[in-house]
Amino acid sequence: MNIATFTSKKFLVPGVLVLILVMLATVPLYISPGPRTLLIDFFMYIILAVSWTMFSGPTGYISLASAAFFGIGVYTPALLYAQGAPLLPLPAVLVAAGLVSFCCALLVGAATLRLRGIFFTMFTFGLLEAVRPIIQYCELEFHGARGRYVESIGPNGVYYLMLFALVAVMVTAYLLKRSRWGLAMQGIGGNEEAAAHMGVDTTRVKVITFGLSGAFMGITGAITAINWYYVDPSSAFNLNYSFLPLLMALVGGMGQLYGPVIGALGFAYLRWVLLSTQYYMLIFGGIMILFILFLPGGLASLIERGRHRLGGVVAKLWKGGGAEQHANT
Amino acid sequence: MPILEGQDVTKHFGGLAAVSHVDFHVDQGEIVGLIGPNGAGKTTLFNLISAAFPLKSGEIRFKGRKLNGLKPHQICRMGISRTFQQTRIIADMPVFQNVLMGAFFGSPNRISGADAAREAAQALEFVELSEMSATPAKDLTLENQKRVELARALATKPEMLLLDELMAGLNSTEVSEAMELVTKIRDKGITIFMVEHVMKAIMGICGRIIVLHHGEKIAEGTCQEIGCNKKVIEVYLGEETHAGS
Repeated sequence: MNIATFTSKKFLVPGVLVLILVMLATVPLYISPGPRTLLIDFFMYIILAVSWTMFSGPTGYISLASAAFFGIGVYTPALLYAQGAPLLPLPAVLVAAGLVSFCCALLVGAATLRLRGIFFTMFTFGLLEAVRPIIQYCELEFHGARGRYVESIGPNGVYYLMLFALVAVMVTAYLLKRSRWGLAMQGIGGNEEAAAHMGVDTTRVKVITFGLSGAFMGITGAITAINWYYVDPSSAFNLNYSFLPLLMALVGGMGQLYGPVIGALGFAYLRWVLLSTQYYMLIFGGIMILFILFLPGGLASLIERGRHRLGGVVAKLWKGGGAEQHANT
Repeated sequence: MPILEGQDVTKHFGGLAAVSHVDFHVDQGEIVGLIGPNGAGKTTLFNLISAAFPLKSGEIRFKGRKLNGLKPHQICRMGISRTFQQTRIIADMPVFQNVLMGAFFGSPNRISGADAAREAAQALEFVELSEMSATPAKDLTLENQKRVELARALATKPEMLLLDELMAGLNSTEVSEAMELVTKIRDKGITIFMVEHVMKAIMGICGRIIVLHHGEKIAEGTCQEIGCNKKVIEVYLGEETHAGS
């Protein structure tokens, strides 16, 4: 009976999550540098995909501004935590990166979230293409060099920071999804006008969530900058950081919290395997088209379907077991 | 005492006056019908009251407070809730969550999750949809989708309800059920302002009727007065007799 209680879903999911977290937290003790670098990469993509989905998933506003917020995050430690002359302690730098990205996202959100559909997407895309040359110009003009060096904290430090950010974004996304705020966002995605007429302050909900999602991208950018040592505008404001989170969320599925996670893992792994072949973007594109055509709900919808089927079987077995128990008593 | 009052309410779409210089009022506890031919400006007037369109010309007051310049969510929280001509439920959400949204965000004060859930359940029970709580809203029949909208509007705890063609597309049994439901809502103390084409419903439950034509108010009065009004017969009721014959 004890076993039955422990295998019930209520304990299973948190148990597995804690186990994974403990494993991840102890990994640097016995892992070699190669896989550690890979894990840092995985974490980064998961954070980006989950924070992108946090806003764009339920509301249906497809943002391509991720790389802009990520890049702003990258440039915060480049300025405040420069090699040899850090201006602020590290935690303050990370908070600053989050805050700056949050504020930028708020501004962008307030200005553009009145636009719907493709217009919003195009604007966010344009934003990214506008920010990069501006930074590039300013760096050459006022700094006199293309790139900057960031103070190092060692690979294990980066690993733990990234893991911490990952846990933070997962917890936030989970709480948001379960809260009334999440319900409001789903309402906005389902029918914005109806949501507004039911008392949802749609502008406020959209802008703040967009800001929050931008903040996480900024923090991730800051940690990544420390990981890189050297940053320049074209690596910080790279288009990939806008498109990959979107692809990952699409392939993984936005309906479930774990959707973007598996999407990010799959894509980051593929990217790592295929990077040397030059064709990886081609293969990415092909995979995406297949998913949009044949599995619009993403991998998560497949898993949910399987779980329902499995759930039915388990329930049947359970009932059988229960009946037996009754017979025994 | 009027709970809702409009003065000189006007709305232009380009050169077309969709609503022009309309004065109206709805008293506390009344059921007022708003009728008129297609394109008369009935839904536009509702959209101006609920702030789906900004009100730039004229003035609307609710319980003495001016509504000009407010946003739809503010109007809702003040106590005016509405349904839509084309149902606007959140299709992918279960019925219960649709209604829960109204309960969570519609009241002026922040309410707890347990209270919101209770209110949503009550609203669903009121419209007799409790069994379908878990069904995705899109899987419901039109009649039931309209009930979901009604429950969602009720869950916001309104003092006044705007019903935009609640009965359209329903068969005659369903119309009778809907009429009963509307009367029940009024008996709860909620004032009702309804746009309707189904004359049986209008004549059956409205205490007073306002008639719009080409954006202008052409008549106002009890069912009997409107039924005998020559102008109304000419522009609206007459058409139906022709169509019927």
